[in-house]
Amino acid sequence: MTVRSIVVEGLGRRFGDFVAVRDVSFHVEKGEIFGYLGANGAGKSTTIRMLSGLLEPTSGRALVAGHDIAKAPDKVKASIGYMSQKFSLYLDLTVRENLEFFGGIYGSWGRALSRRVDETLESIDMRSLAETSTAALPGGLRQRLALGSALFHKPPIVFLDEPTAGVDPASRREFWKLIRGISSAGTTVFVTTHYMDEAEYCARIGLMVAGKLVALDTPAALKSEWVPGRILRFEGEGLVRALSEIRRTHGVVEAQSFGNGVHVRFDPGHTTDQSVLAAVAALPAVKVRLTEPVEATLEDVFLAAADRKAEDAVRGGAS
Amino acid sequence: MSSILATTLGRDFGKAPSVNRAVGEISLEIPRGELFGLIGPDGAGKTTLLRMMAGLLPPTRGSVRVEGIDPFGKEADHARDVIGLVPQEHSLYGDLSVGENLDFFADLYGLTGDDLRTRRDRLLSITRLGPFQARRASQLSGGMYKKLAVACALLHQPEVLLLDEPTNGVDPPSRRELWELLYEFVEGGMTVVVTTPYMDEATRCHRVALMDRGEFIALAPPQQLIDSLDAAVLEVALASVPEAREKATAVVEASPLVVASSPLGASLRVVVERGNEPAVAAELAGLGTLVPAAASFEDLFLTAIARRERDAKSSTARKEAA
Repeated sequence: MTVRSIVVEGLGRRFGDFVAVRDVSFHVEKGEIFGYLGANGAGKSTTIRMLSGLLEPTSGRALVAGHDIAKAPDKVKASIGYMSQKFSLYLDLTVRENLEFFGGIYGSWGRALSRRVDETLESIDMRSLAETSTAALPGGLRQRLALGSALFHKPPIVFLDEPTAGVDPASRREFWKLIRGISSAGTTVFVTTHYMDEAEYCARIGLMVAGKLVALDTPAALKSEWVPGRILRFEGEGLVRALSEIRRTHGVVEAQSFGNGVHVRFDPGHTTDQSVLAAVAALPAVKVRLTEPVEATLEDVFLAAADRKAEDAVRGGAS
Repeated sequence: MSSILATTLGRDFGKAPSVNRAVGEISLEIPRGELFGLIGPDGAGKTTLLRMMAGLLPPTRGSVRVEGIDPFGKEADHARDVIGLVPQEHSLYGDLSVGENLDFFADLYGLTGDDLRTRRDRLLSITRLGPFQARRASQLSGGMYKKLAVACALLHQPEVLLLDEPTNGVDPPSRRELWELLYEFVEGGMTVVVTTPYMDEATRCHRVALMDRGEFIALAPPQQLIDSLDAAVLEVALASVPEAREKATAVVEASPLVVASSPLGASLRVVVERGNEPAVAAELAGLGTLVPAAASFEDLFLTAIARRERDAKSSTARKEAA
């Protein structure tokens, strides 16, 4: 039997005339890594603040670890760990002192406190750095310490709001190793990120656009639903400038710049690799150096969802 | 003429005996109209280097010239006219509106008249901030805030634009827009230097310097750096067994033979030293097979950093043994 850690039904939050979150419903299973994606200002942080018992919803309801967020926000707060991009650590304290300080807040003391500090240091792989000043740690390690603080009181659920923003790939990789570890130990992880490669590690993903949850599924299902068809990657010269011509090619659904190349998506029922390649190579001032088929990425999904939403807004006028 | 010229430029922090060499001795020449990227792990010295170029932090050794001007010399005031800076931290006034922030920066640079108005309108239009002129900076989303910071840094028409992680925390569509802006600027002849933790952005630069512990460990056009990677890049073609990816990830992360690994869509890719492919394939038996894959900038970055760490560890071990 699967146990639901988080159950959200018709949740909404209004600030005056502005609807930050509109009628959102989903659930998260125990031990699941659930990714919550969306553009800046799409309502991700507002949702997290509600689910953390920090902000009252204006409509709908949610249960977090079995507690109603509106009726028992204090019980919700005790059941969760929270870490944001702007996490708070005391830079003039050592690594150990920071954890002791957090333990104190949660009412832990004496031998139990020092044992839990050691356990936490072990779990974030920072035992050898216990006596190091926090100010001397590079960003990636500070992030790990912040995660340790969020997990100190052994919450069954942890909310991570852009935990790896601005962190280099090697440190991000280490951080995600920890996240996968706590998830397989049974902790539910609710995470937001702008790094689409990280989102691939989520069991399921919810995609927010302008306050609404527009998609919710596994990464693989999202890709086949939002970016169907076949994608060819082109590298070479003059491609970015020729994007609008490429888009007019027969059978092409979409063309976008991607890294140092261009991704061209087309409907294989209407055209073939060969004819798309020939059409692109024939454009004036375009020199194709490389072509390869690529798998759709979650960034493609993200962009497709944001585009479709924008089109709907134009068609639907003020609604 | 070179737009930026650094000669054995370096900066230390702290006093002896605990001196931290944030930037060692860097020599670098960036021609006008180049889009130059500084890439490296946290604490590599990217921001320190950028701040020296901007004239905000005096170097401990060496020198820097921007458009021929020494930003720490007699013409320091003139250097401010040719340099635009978008710092990492919040640099705008949150309680001022978009329009008021632009006006404030115009005052700061003593800009007036028709030229200013034309320039202001153009920046509002290319950043698509026109409709949001009355919105307070503190109410802007991350992407819009960064675009406003770029607009403010460009009001005085600098020849050189320095950006410190401009897309940090910015969502994918806005990230793409910001890069399209940068391309437009360099096509107009501006020199742009940018730091970023996003590897796909590194490949968008004309040239990149890979920085680690205060030194450049590589400097070339990104594709050239990728092509020069002397290791095997492989994709794990996963077998259809339950939790294949999870199990393969665990194997790969635990294997001392794997130099670097990263997620690749629903699968994963690994970098191994040449010759070790069969041994890694054996470790993955039953979970997936290895197929050659095209190297990416991320593979290059992870490999370069992992090798340097390994070398540093083995030299410490040698010292301890001696």
